[in-house]
Formats: sequence, structure tokens, C-alpha cells
Amino acid sequence: MLTEPAPVAVRPRPRLRASVRRAGSAVRLAALGGLVLALVAAYLFTDVPGSLAYALEKRGLTVAATVVVAAAVGVSTVVFHTITGNRVLTPSIMGFDAFYLLVSTAVVFAAGSAAFLAADPLVLWAVQVAVMVGFSVVLSTWLFGGKRRSIHLMLLVGIVLGTFFRSFSEWMQRMLDPLDFQVLSDAFFASLTRPDETLLVLTAALVAVGCAVVVPLLRTLDVLTLGEPVAVGLGVDHRRVVLTLFAVVSVMVAASTALVGPVLFLGLIVANLAYAWAGSFRHAWTVPTAVLLGVVCLLGGQLVLERVLGFGGTLSTVVDFAGGLFFLYLVLRKGAR
Amino acid sequence: MIALEGVSKRYGGQTVVDDVSLALGGEGVTALIGPNGAGKSTLFGLVGRLVRPDAGRVTVDGLDVATTPSQELARRVAVLRQDNHVAARLTVQDLVEFGRFPHSRGRLTVDDRDHVERAVAHLGLEGYRDRFLDELSGGQRQRASIAMVLAQDTRYVLLDEPLNNLDLRHMGETMRLVREMADVLGKRVVTVLHDVNSAAAYADRIVAMRDGRVVADAPARDVMRPEVLADVYDTTVDVREIDGRPVALYYG
Ligand SMILES: Nc1ncnc2c1ncn2[C@@H]1O[C@H](COP(=O)(O)OP(=O)(O)OP(=O)(O)O)[C@@H](O)[C@H]1O
Ligand SMILES: [Mg+2]
Repeated sequence: MLTEPAPVAVRPRPRLRASVRRAGSAVRLAALGGLVLALVAAYLFTDVPGSLAYALEKRGLTVAATVVVAAAVGVSTVVFHTITGNRVLTPSIMGFDAFYLLVSTAVVFAAGSAAFLAADPLVLWAVQVAVMVGFSVVLSTWLFGGKRRSIHLMLLVGIVLGTFFRSFSEWMQRMLDPLDFQVLSDAFFASLTRPDETLLVLTAALVAVGCAVVVPLLRTLDVLTLGEPVAVGLGVDHRRVVLTLFAVVSVMVAASTALVGPVLFLGLIVANLAYAWAGSFRHAWTVPTAVLLGVVCLLGGQLVLERVLGFGGTLSTVVDFAGGLFFLYLVLRKGAR
Repeated sequence: MIALEGVSKRYGGQTVVDDVSLALGGEGVTALIGPNGAGKSTLFGLVGRLVRPDAGRVTVDGLDVATTPSQELARRVAVLRQDNHVAARLTVQDLVEFGRFPHSRGRLTVDDRDHVERAVAHLGLEGYRDRFLDELSGGQRQRASIAMVLAQDTRYVLLDEPLNNLDLRHMGETMRLVREMADVLGKRVVTVLHDVNSAAAYADRIVAMRDGRVVADAPARDVMRPEVLADVYDTTVDVREIDGRPVALYYG
């Protein structure tokens, strides 16, 4: 085996096999893209109550919000899975949702629901994004700054803080008057209908910046799946890359949560479905697959809610229920093996 | 050259690498031996920038490991880890291709593919390239990892217990491959070995560690003496000459 390695004779075959595999992934991704287009068309053009132009304008915004949220959730969850080396977590484990609840509750608690409703949504959004990003930046610099500390410690701190935020929010909510509480509850239900246009544009811009950072790192993310020691051995500046990606995840999650409310559970579903569907560990396939699956879930859910069940916009019930079942399935399947 | 200058590493109160000054990566094969917990893997970690020294400096070709860009170092030093478990579901071919990452950042050129093919052929893995790593035996997985290190095509190659999990035949083949990497490809190989007889048979130089210190550093033959080995391993070792080669007897 050592004497005469003959690379020339064997070279074409693996190339062929690799390209067949790649073609398989491409076909799957294209099929998913087709499904997304069909869903978008169905959502936009079926069941038009009055003027098509008016319906299209209104529905176009919902589709845009769906795409932005799906991109934020899909990209951030897959990236989060890779940098934490764990596929049953979502960035919500870091307390993002809980922190969103806390900030909103604190505003209503301090200023009343009238002020909450009257407040400029732009200001509210900006404050929520800033505070959520600030929170995660403080957490990550504290944990990564100076000596090398483990990502697991960071997750643990996130879980503890998340629980604390949740309890603290509940404590405040118990002291609210029923009207204030009602306003707050509505805000906590994820809704994709009637997004504020300015906020949508701002969120889309932040998510686009996030994607622009992630795309050149897709191949580096592949290397990170080998684990930190091997990645370092292959020349990845692990600390810098992980911190950068963590910041991107924070910004994307914060922006989309502030836009439509907490939908991170969705990430768990779409990311794991994406791993199965993409048929490859490469992020160039799994990340876009997760985003498209996010659109399918959100828009499909929205179609069922609006057109079949005749509801307005409480998507979180569906997302949480389906996500909860899926999570149990994942945990049980892991346990069975 | 890989140079360690007064390097120390402590975990809690325990000094794991104790003021080591050592030059590695001279021509040929260097074996690093020593009992469990001697600090061999930690020493590799210090060179491979996985472990930060508490004191001292590590340089590769004069480049300080602490300040040189990771990619630059990854083109000079490849490390096979003692524990090379990979959680991701990938094939042998995928793994070996990752060895080219320091050179091409994941976009394989014709030259990269050539290196990958040769590494796969060197380790006799042609029949396994499309197998997933979790469908391989421990020894096959070990060979796949060695192929990745080989594909990285660096001047310095550090192997931490490359013979782990290998059967008799593959132990011999791997050690001959190590020899060939040095003699034909001109690489400087440093390898941790627990089997001192393999070290004696294939290495030019043996460095022995114990309790975080270098206790012997000499041509292989000079380390293969009962009194030296007894001191390194803290147990009695008999050394006999068979066909002109020193062989350590440590059974019974
Ligand atoms: N991350 C760590 N934290 C605490 N102690 C550590 C750590 N890594 C290694 N050690 C300790 O350092 C000492 C040296 O470990 P090292 O892995 O370098 O030994 P080794 O010579 O490679 O041993 P072996 O032959 O068993 O592989 C051991 O006593 C070990 O317990
Ligand atoms: Mg070791």
C-alpha cells in the first residue's frame, strides 16, 4: 500500500460520486424552493375577498415578514447548533424569548398598557433589539473574554438567567390589572399579519447583514462540525469565528423576535428537518434548506389558520404545539439509541 | 523547527508540563514516549495552540504560536489527536478533504484533490471512501484520521498515538508509512508511542517524558536501555538484542 499510490487511475470516480451526491442535494433544495413558490402563490392569490390589489399589498407584507423571520430563525438555529455542537437546543435557551417577555412586561408594568400601545413601535422595537443584543454581548464577552471558557458554561448561565427573567416577568404580570395583562398577552403571541412596514424593512436589513456575514463562513462552519480541537488544527481562528457567529445569531434572533414575537421553537423543527432533508452535513445545503422549510412551516401554518380555521393571527399556538411534540420526539429518539 | 522555550502548563495545583525546553522537528522521525499522564498530549496541545502555556514560548519556524494566524500555522503543522472522535456524520472522503482546508478554505483545486487521493491510497482506504465514519471499525477510523493529517501536507506532522486501535498488520504498515513520510516526503514526524519497540524500530530519536519533564532525549538506541526505561516508566524492563535490534521485554 505504501509503494505505488496511483492517484491518476482512481481520481475520476470519487469526483463523479461526490457530484452525484451534490446533485441530489441540489434537487432536494430545488424541490423545496418549488414548494415555497407554490405556497406563496396560494397564499397571495387564493380566496381574495375584494380588490386583488389591496389583498396583494396586505398579503405581500405578511409574505415578506415570513421570509425575514424564516431566514432569521433558520440561519440562527443551524449556526447555533454547529457552534454549540448540539442539535436539540435553540438560541432561546440563552434566554432571548424570556428577555423579550421581561422587557415588554417591564414597560407595561412601569408605564401601563396605554403607554405601551401608544409608544412609537419603532422606539419599542429598537429598545427591545438593543437590550437583547446588549444582553447577549455582555454574556458572551464575559464568558469568552480573558481565559478560554466553555460554551457549556455560557449555556448554563443563559438557562439560569432565562428562568429568572421568566419568573420575574410572571411576578410583575400578576400585579397588572386585567386590561394591561390582556394587551401584554396579545403582544406575546407571534403574529405575522399586519407587520409594521418600517420595522419590517429594518429587520430585513439586520437579517440581510447577518446572512452576509454567515455566507462566507459556510465552509468554516463545516469545519466547526469536526469539533473545536480539529477545527483549530485546520487553521480556524475558533474564538473569533464563534464570537462573530454568536453576535450574528443574537442580532438576527433579537430583530425577528422584536418584530413578530417569540417563534424560536420553530427553529428546532426546521433545523432538524433540514438536516434530514438536505442529505448533507454541509452548511451550504443545510442553511438554505432550513430557511425554506421555515417559510413552508410559517406560510403553511398561516394558510391553515387563516383560510381553513378562519383565525386571525395567533401562530405561536401552532408553532409551540408542533415544536413541543417534535422536541419530545427528538429527545425520545436520542434516548432510544 | 518547533521550539519550546521554558514552557510550563499548570492545571489547578498540578504542573503538567514543567519548564520544558526542547527542539522538535529535526530530520526524520522522533518518538515521544512516557507513562500515562506524563504530559505528552499536553505538549502537543501547546504546539497545536489548543493549550496556552502559563510560562514560556512556543515557536514554529520562528513564528510565535501565540501570535501567528492560525491558518499560517495549520499549513506548517498537522496534528493527529489522541482522541479523534468526530460527532458529525461524514464520509471518509469528506474527512480527508478537510485536511486541505488550511490551503484552500474548502474550495478544492485539482492539486488539493491529488493530495486527497494520495492520502486515501497511502492508508489503503480506497474501498472505504464513501463509508460514514460511524460505520467504520476503530482502526479504520484511525486510518481515516491519519489520512486527513497526511492530506494537510505540512512540513511538521505530530501524531498522538497513531497506533491506537490498529491490528498487527496495520501497526506495521502505519509505522512504515511514518518512516516513508520522513524519508520520501521529507516531513518531520514527531509521534507519541506507547510501544517502545515500535519507537526503537522506526524512530531516529526518542524523547522520553515523565511528570511533565523531559528525562531522556537521545538517538533511539541509547534510550533503549534497561536503566533508562526503568527510570521513565518506573518499572523493570529487560532489553535484549534480536537480529541487531534492541527489543524491550515487559511481559510477566
Ligand atoms: N484539561 C485538563 N484539565 C486538568 N488536567 C488535565 C487536563 N488535561 C490534562 N490534564 C492532566 O495533565 C496530565 C498530563 O496529561 P496528558 O494528556 O498530557 O498526558 P499523556 O502523557 O498524553 O498521557 P497518556 O499517555 O495517557 O495519553 C494528566 O495528569 C492529566 O490528568
Ligand atoms: Mg496522551
